[in-house]
Amino acid sequence: MTLRVNGADHRLAVEPRVSLLDALRERLHLTGTKKGCDHGECGACTVLLDGQRAKSCLTLAVMQDEAEITTIEGLADGDRPHPVQDAFIRRDAFQCGFCTPGQIMSAVGMLRERSRPTDAEIREGMSGNLCRCSAYPNIVAAIRDVAHGRGGPGDDTDERDEARR
Amino acid sequence: MNEIRYVRAATPAQAVALASAEPTTAYVAGGTELTNLMRDGVHVPGLVVDVNRVAERGIEWQPGRVRIGALARMAEVARDAEMRHRLPVVPAALLASASGQVRNMASIGGNLLQRTRCWYYRDTALPCNARVPGSGCPALDGENRWHAILGGSESCIRVHPSDLAVALTALDATVLTQGPGGARRLPIETLHRLPGDAPHRETVLEHGELVVAVEVPATAMAAHSRYRKVRDRASFEFALVSVAVALELRGRTVRDVRIALGGVAPRPWRAREAEDVLRGERLTDAAVAAAGAAAVRGAVPREHNAFKLDLVSRTLTGVLDELGGGR
Repeated sequence: MTLRVNGADHRLAVEPRVSLLDALRERLHLTGTKKGCDHGECGACTVLLDGQRAKSCLTLAVMQDEAEITTIEGLADGDRPHPVQDAFIRRDAFQCGFCTPGQIMSAVGMLRERSRPTDAEIREGMSGNLCRCSAYPNIVAAIRDVAHGRGGPGDDTDERDEARR
Repeated sequence: MNEIRYVRAATPAQAVALASAEPTTAYVAGGTELTNLMRDGVHVPGLVVDVNRVAERGIEWQPGRVRIGALARMAEVARDAEMRHRLPVVPAALLASASGQVRNMASIGGNLLQRTRCWYYRDTALPCNARVPGSGCPALDGENRWHAILGGSESCIRVHPSDLAVALTALDATVLTQGPGGARRLPIETLHRLPGDAPHRETVLEHGELVVAVEVPATAMAAHSRYRKVRDRASFEFALVSVAVALELRGRTVRDVRIALGGVAPRPWRAREAEDVLRGERLTDAAVAAAGAAAVRGAVPREHNAFKLDLVSRTLTGVLDELGGGR
């Protein structure tokens, strides 16, 4: 079968039982997508299928041969990070980094589903992604930045926030 | 290890034919249930028939009703503007379910057919009459906080986890199927079987019978509807108790009402006694309280879930207050 991942076609032979997650990691060696729970509960396996966020452990590779799959490896534009990646760095939205690819992919997908979410809506929208290091406040801040057009070059929001504290 | 084959069906008839020829066939749509059931060994089909291209996927508004394709995704139905306006309990139930990622993947049909979250059912190391007939039900005297207070039996006290099913039960929805015996129209209340002494039979569907669509009457009562879900976490968690209410008022008098309970029974539970208490009556404190009490009449609490009785009553009265515009 063929999987189209980050714009490139990959031919592979997999048994029907193989999850998309396992195919990405074990067969295509795209290990940016993580296996946290393998039950669809933690969100570390989140990828985009035809631009929509999905949990790759909850689908079979054989079911996705017509999908445009985007993984964390395919998010940046060459050397330029995606705005969500950039915001995660600026806002220190990770500690160990294990949940981070899934958080980023989920955030990208969520922001396509909902424009200008409130913090409460961000938390609700991201409830499918767990972070055991509890980077949640900074994850929310990073997503807030992107959602509300903050955090790019010339944005002095951080300095103003700091001055207020 | 047993081989699992995968086939993509092109038409409903082909799906049914494939399934009819192979007794261990499972249909897959979103895959969010089947992948876990397979991984955990709870249900390992010999043949997986992908039905994503065979059945309806759209939302079709007809005079007085809507037809929702079984292959529509939860997220698609939840964000349908007309749905929010005319059947608000449906998007409310869908958005209270699962997570954003799962809602993008999961189908309406699959959501209705999802299996119980009972931890004995889902753990193949433990006995379970629904999974292995005759092996016993550890929940009866075990960890039964999540289990049924209505509709259970001495063989099984499972709870059905679908929020959408509760909402559709309050809306008198009909499930349309296509199977080996032809097409059927099943009132949603009849879709799921109570366990009785055959808990391994979860629905009335024949092997190979495919859910193709759901029809919902779009009445004035349906337009005045709410879903409230009570659970241990604020999101991405199944219900301890949930309530769907559709209410038609004329002034302060209840012209008609539908009440369905979730989290309390092996299928969504129509609280008919509570409805009867309210129908034709003014929506007073006393009437609302009486409805709350009637909703759990006859309930059989277990060691760890007796709290559900009060929780159902209070959740129901809360939703009635909300729909009634406050007391």
